[in-house]
Amino acid sequence: MLDRKIRVLIAKPGLDGHDRGAKVVARALRDAGMEVIYTGLRQTPEQIAEAALQEDVDVVGLSLLSGAHGTLFPKVVSLLREKGLECLVIGGGVIPQADIPALKEAGVAEIFTPGTPTSAAVEFIKTHVRV
Amino acid sequence: MTDKESLEGIAQAKEAWEQGMVKKLTSRFPERSPEFSTISGLGVDRLYIPAETDYLNELGFPGQYPFTRGVQPTMYRGRFWTMRQYAGFATAEESNQRYKYLLEQGQTGLSVAFDLPTQIGYDSDHPLAEGEVGKVGVAIDSLEDMEILFDGIPLDRVSTSMTINAPAAVLLAMYIAVAEKQGVPSEKLSGTIQNDILKEYAARGTYIFPPQPSMRLITDTFEYCAKHLPDWNTISISGYHIREAGSTAVQEVAFTLSDGIAYVEVAIKAGLDVDTFAPRLSFFFNSHLDFMEEIAKFRAARRLWARIMKERFGAKDPKSMMLRFHTQTGGSTLTAQQPYNNVVRVALQALAAVLGGTQSLHTNSYDEALALPTEESVRIALRTQQIIAYESGVADTIDPLGGSYFLEDLTNRIERQAMEYIEKVDALGGAPAAIEQGYIQREIQESAYRYQKAVESGERVVVGVNRFTAEEAPPRDLLRVDPAVGELQGRKLASLRARRDQAAVEAALAELKSVAEGNGNTMPAILKAVRAYATLGEICGVLRQVFGEYRPDISL
Repeated sequence: MLDRKIRVLIAKPGLDGHDRGAKVVARALRDAGMEVIYTGLRQTPEQIAEAALQEDVDVVGLSLLSGAHGTLFPKVVSLLREKGLECLVIGGGVIPQADIPALKEAGVAEIFTPGTPTSAAVEFIKTHVRV
Repeated sequence: MTDKESLEGIAQAKEAWEQGMVKKLTSRFPERSPEFSTISGLGVDRLYIPAETDYLNELGFPGQYPFTRGVQPTMYRGRFWTMRQYAGFATAEESNQRYKYLLEQGQTGLSVAFDLPTQIGYDSDHPLAEGEVGKVGVAIDSLEDMEILFDGIPLDRVSTSMTINAPAAVLLAMYIAVAEKQGVPSEKLSGTIQNDILKEYAARGTYIFPPQPSMRLITDTFEYCAKHLPDWNTISISGYHIREAGSTAVQEVAFTLSDGIAYVEVAIKAGLDVDTFAPRLSFFFNSHLDFMEEIAKFRAARRLWARIMKERFGAKDPKSMMLRFHTQTGGSTLTAQQPYNNVVRVALQALAAVLGGTQSLHTNSYDEALALPTEESVRIALRTQQIIAYESGVADTIDPLGGSYFLEDLTNRIERQAMEYIEKVDALGGAPAAIEQGYIQREIQESAYRYQKAVESGERVVVGVNRFTAEEAPPRDLLRVDPAVGELQGRKLASLRARRDQAAVEAALAELKSVAEGNGNTMPAILKAVRAYATLGEICGVLRQVFGEYRPDISL
């Protein structure tokens, strides 16, 4: 095991302005010892993939509450893979259970829905990322 | 009121009661917690007793300064609050059907939700609109969509609230133009545009332009409406989203009123007399979980605003001092787990709003932590308001909890603490400067994080989430927006662009550009462009060219 902190990019794809959840998760991951970069609002999938490359992150966390997850999450994953990035991709927001299988199919490792404690995201990242 | 001597007597008797009976009992049976506090962290004592009150100056009478007990002399004995459900999704055609349904069900005002591309001034065929068209509200690209949205709804007989901020002037112009086609003059229109850009930078995120030109657009609408739409609420200064972003009740009041102060200052600076525009300012608050704290919050906000308008801005017209507000129950308090529990949460929050004297109310639907609400869930939400209005009896006397020792104490404390926050914001140079420095955002984020930690530690119980959980089947019957809406809007746009008088559109946009570059009021030029069927994206595109776009500093 290398003595390096897990690096996480928290990103808000699309036009949705609700970032309370994104910021709370970012803080919690930081408190759990990870290095966290937050992109801010209104990022295109291209901008997010580029930021993930530049920042050399292990995890990309996507947050979306507008209902556009079905379009935007898979797009981010495929752009990351095009760039040769194998980082873990997780998502959160107002996402109906019925949409989750398709998102996982597209390469999103886990979806955290409202009411999930931040510790669940911390645990998930720690068990799925090796640094 | 009780005189000073007897107040002292009561306080002494209370002390004796605490030291005697209470102490004896709690030594054997301790209370549930060593300390109690509201959800926002205000301390809550075991028992409240009568306190010294200057009734006429602090409470007064409904309809009279400082309006603590209500803004109208008869309140709901005259007329109930406006039951106004925020709605809109997919296309103008589908939203029009939902509005007609709600009006048939006894709703008394409309409230339009726009999709994100509309709120950010992009047409549905803009690349950034991909996946977002029609999702969180209705997609409006041009006057043509707006005509469909209000088809068959007489605009002189409904009041319409539009949740639109950065491009508020454009959507208001479209509404005026639809009314013209119905033969309704603008003087007869009543409704509200949210038009509150400061909270977009601080909490909600649908900004377009930098603060200065944004404030100018707002002042332009104040001035235009004072002349042409006397019954229109030109702004809805919103604490709702500040609270949703995680603030406390005190912060909600303080930051909202600080924003209000900023709008008043900029309008006065532009040469408007305070009493010409202040009566049309309106407010929008959250009704959250802590029942008594929320009622106190509404009362405190009313008293505080009245004093600010009178003492700080020298308003003379009592209408300028009245804080009239819309309320929405707290969206972020809804849980995805055991969603039917949300019906009860919403009922309590709605009751608090009514006991706090709201002018209009939106009740959330129980399924909104999962998706947009269905017709059925919206109906239950509306029925909740009707039960409070027609069955509970609380609407039959004004401010029924006024005089509660606890409520009056909380009202005083919220007012005092909010004032301290407003003074801090003033010291930073006012709300726009405090937002630019990230102060307001950081304060909100701190509160949000503290609350999340309290929930995760179990210190705050959320029924069905961190206590009393149950295995449950995934919910059925959620509303889904057809993904083809984006393509459909794109086709409508292409067809419009082919049909309209292109020369008229270009002339109107050129005129708008030159007005925006100068100092004149932008509203007439926007109205002209709208009437020529210039699209929202084209109009905002011109303004983007002239004003530039806002780029926030990100702080965590």
